[in-house]
Amino acid sequence: MTQSNLLETRRLVAFYGDFQALFGIDFRIERDETVAMIGSNGAGKSTFLKSIIGLVRAEAEAIYFDGEAIGGDSAYRIVSRGVSMVPEGRRLFPSLSVEENLSIGAYSKRKGPWNLEAVYTIFPMLKERRRAAAMALSGGQQQMAAIGRALMANPKLLLCDEISLGLAPVIIKEIYAHLERVSANGTSLIVVEQDIKQALAIADRVYCLREGRVALEGRPSDLTREQITEAYFGI
Amino acid sequence: MREAVCIERGSRISRFFAAFGLLILVLLITAPFYGGRSDLYLLVEIFSYLALASLWNLLAGYTGLVSIGQQAFVGLGGYTLFALTIFFGLPPLLAVLIAGPVAAVLAIPTAWVIFRLRGAYFAIGTWVVAEVYRLIFAQVSALGGGSGTSLPTQIIQSIAPTRAARDNLIYWTGLGLIVAVFAVIYLTLRLRWGLALTAIRDSEPAAESVGVDNYRTKFLIYFLTAGATGSVGALISLQKLRISPDAAFSVNDWTAFVIFIVVIGGIGRMEGPLIGTIVFFLLREFFASLGPWYLMLLGAFAVVITLTMPKGIAGLLAERFDLQLFPLRRRVHFLEQKSKDSTSSASADALERPGKRQKPGVSTKNME
Amino acid sequence: MDLVSAVLDGILLGGLYALFGAGLSLIFGVMRLVNIAHGDLIVLSAFIALVLTAHLGVHPLVSLVLVVPLMTLLGYGLQRGVFNRTLGDDILPPLLASFGVSVFLQNALLKIFSADSQRLHAGNLETLRVDLPGGMAVGVLPCLMFFVAVFVICGLQLLLYHTQLGRAFRSISDDQETAQLMGINNAHLFGLAMALSLAIVSIAGVFLGIRTNFDPSIGPTRLIFAFEAIIIGGLGNLWGTLVGGVILGVAQTLGARINPGYQILAGHIVFLTILTLRPQGFFQRTR
Repeated sequence: MTQSNLLETRRLVAFYGDFQALFGIDFRIERDETVAMIGSNGAGKSTFLKSIIGLVRAEAEAIYFDGEAIGGDSAYRIVSRGVSMVPEGRRLFPSLSVEENLSIGAYSKRKGPWNLEAVYTIFPMLKERRRAAAMALSGGQQQMAAIGRALMANPKLLLCDEISLGLAPVIIKEIYAHLERVSANGTSLIVVEQDIKQALAIADRVYCLREGRVALEGRPSDLTREQITEAYFGI
Repeated sequence: MREAVCIERGSRISRFFAAFGLLILVLLITAPFYGGRSDLYLLVEIFSYLALASLWNLLAGYTGLVSIGQQAFVGLGGYTLFALTIFFGLPPLLAVLIAGPVAAVLAIPTAWVIFRLRGAYFAIGTWVVAEVYRLIFAQVSALGGGSGTSLPTQIIQSIAPTRAARDNLIYWTGLGLIVAVFAVIYLTLRLRWGLALTAIRDSEPAAESVGVDNYRTKFLIYFLTAGATGSVGALISLQKLRISPDAAFSVNDWTAFVIFIVVIGGIGRMEGPLIGTIVFFLLREFFASLGPWYLMLLGAFAVVITLTMPKGIAGLLAERFDLQLFPLRRRVHFLEQKSKDSTSSASADALERPGKRQKPGVSTKNME
Repeated sequence: MDLVSAVLDGILLGGLYALFGAGLSLIFGVMRLVNIAHGDLIVLSAFIALVLTAHLGVHPLVSLVLVVPLMTLLGYGLQRGVFNRTLGDDILPPLLASFGVSVFLQNALLKIFSADSQRLHAGNLETLRVDLPGGMAVGVLPCLMFFVAVFVICGLQLLLYHTQLGRAFRSISDDQETAQLMGINNAHLFGLAMALSLAIVSIAGVFLGIRTNFDPSIGPTRLIFAFEAIIIGGLGNLWGTLVGGVILGVAQTLGARINPGYQILAGHIVFLTILTLRPQGFFQRTR
């Protein structure tokens, strides 16, 4: 395992019961990198992220984070190691206010630059609505709250699952601008996206998944549209 | 490549079991001719528990209505029998049959109230209802109040002139009852209703989306099982010749033991109550003399089974050995004809719930 | 006057029932578990206090110092050892497991202590009364019990809405999977919730033992009271549970005034009536 790799997966497989979703994914991300993962619905992108964060069981040797094998670890342990996820659909806690949602994000008590004030600095509108019920926010605001909540865990690696889903293009742009600032601050990002344009714009490298396998990998600048289309759709 | 699909219900084992069952039935029908008094008594007890367990299984295992208050209908059936025979002079055996519909009628307002509750709170609600009935009957002095009453001698004698004949008649009534209960349950599950029930148990929203009327179906099943339970309750009290609120509405006798039987035997399967009843009576034979230790053993056993063998013995047999005695599951056979004319077939249990490999405690289902 | 006195007694009794309900409500809120053994655990606490007061010669309320930690530990162990393995989408396994525990517990207590009626003796406290304006008097013990109940519920509210642990409980209650993403160890927190529940249960149990005669078989009825208090008050609202307990208590004491045999039945009937007319209870779920 190369030292510059923050996270590495080797022949990662994943199952839901008897159904196999991932068929041996080799993946790596270095420190300070932003890597995008694209692919159509059902390709296995979310499953990939869930495997990393421990919500889907993986073999011990299949995932290495910061030099240690974390496959098979419980999710809460992986979070305390420094991986955090913004789940698909945002999944804010309905019973909690905006501020309470952010606060619970710091449950793992990891040290770092992110705290309530820091989150409010990059998302000022969250501060205005901090006492509101989380579900009373608009889609875009909820997404920012979800990102802020994940940041409160002071992760070395942030996993973003389809954060553009259901949002207007203008909002998506705004959110990705914020994400750039987050990554500039030293957090590595894995961004799972259906919005290919946005994914390619933010990423240093991109993977394309199809039917549970890596169909393509490379730098956005090196890949042609034809290559991407073929990998994405398999035609 | 042409695909043919054939849906099969029985299997060799289930056909063998049917033949075997018929033999057992003949033996049971003729039992009074070679069995002794206590044997017949025990058999009626076994029939009663088997019936109660099968009915609870239909309610909880198939429909998802977990009731810990079925003793309400056992008691209602018993008291109806006593009331019908003592106050209206009805023949006792007839009263056993009528007690069923009476209990079913009382299930209507009961359901109307407690169907407002869900899940485990529904369960406790059923218990409260049973307690209400118990406390009410304890106030009815005409039927013995809190200490209960015995069945008057002339009513006992009206069943038949000799004791042997009475025993036989009660026995055959019990046998008839359990056969009827089995038949009704089997038919219910075998018809389209069976699929509807499984759909409701697995996911109510999904079931509704395919057109199953959840409320009506659940209510109907609750109504039917209440009625059948009432008749069984009447039979139980008839055999005991005595009734009291605590005995008739006992949560231990008519719910705890019944649940134990179904859990050990295998919930959600028709073979479950059968296996469970056998195990229960074996355990009772050997350990009941130990008093509280016996019940502690049952309680601990139930916990262990829930943790290690949640599908019970029948479930284990079905999964490990693909053993199924009652032909209920619809087996789908795919017959593929490839270009080289080789055929392969795979069968999948259409009603099987998929195994979950996820860790315990990870649950995203929203329950009330 | 007699009527007013009965109502007052009922209100104070409601405090005890609110304690019964609070413990049950907490674990249902956090993990959708209804502990059928809840009532038997209340009785177990009373028996533990009985043993401690007999062997150490202390006042029952003093024995709380040991009873509460003991039951707290038991709660954690019970959850992690037994109930955690039953949690999931199906409601049957937890119900069946707790049912098995209930039967086991009742009979274990029966074996150890026999079916004899027991009582915890609180000395002067039992008979001390406070004079109220209007010529009425009310017992010090019932008042104490009520205030302890209010205090416990206040404490619970504070915990749930103003601490990180409370936020964690509420997060798990909302979404178990996402709670893990916060770094929350669900299994551990379920254990803590049950531990807290049994801590409350143990307080209730000791007060129960002082107030009435108890024996191994009275557990299930206490479970029913807890449940009735919760449903009347409204699911998911602790202050509602207090009100529910009070309504139940008053229903029972008024029923007892008509005829002592009607006490529990009156409570059930009021419960069923409220369930029929207002199934959601009186208070909304607290956010």
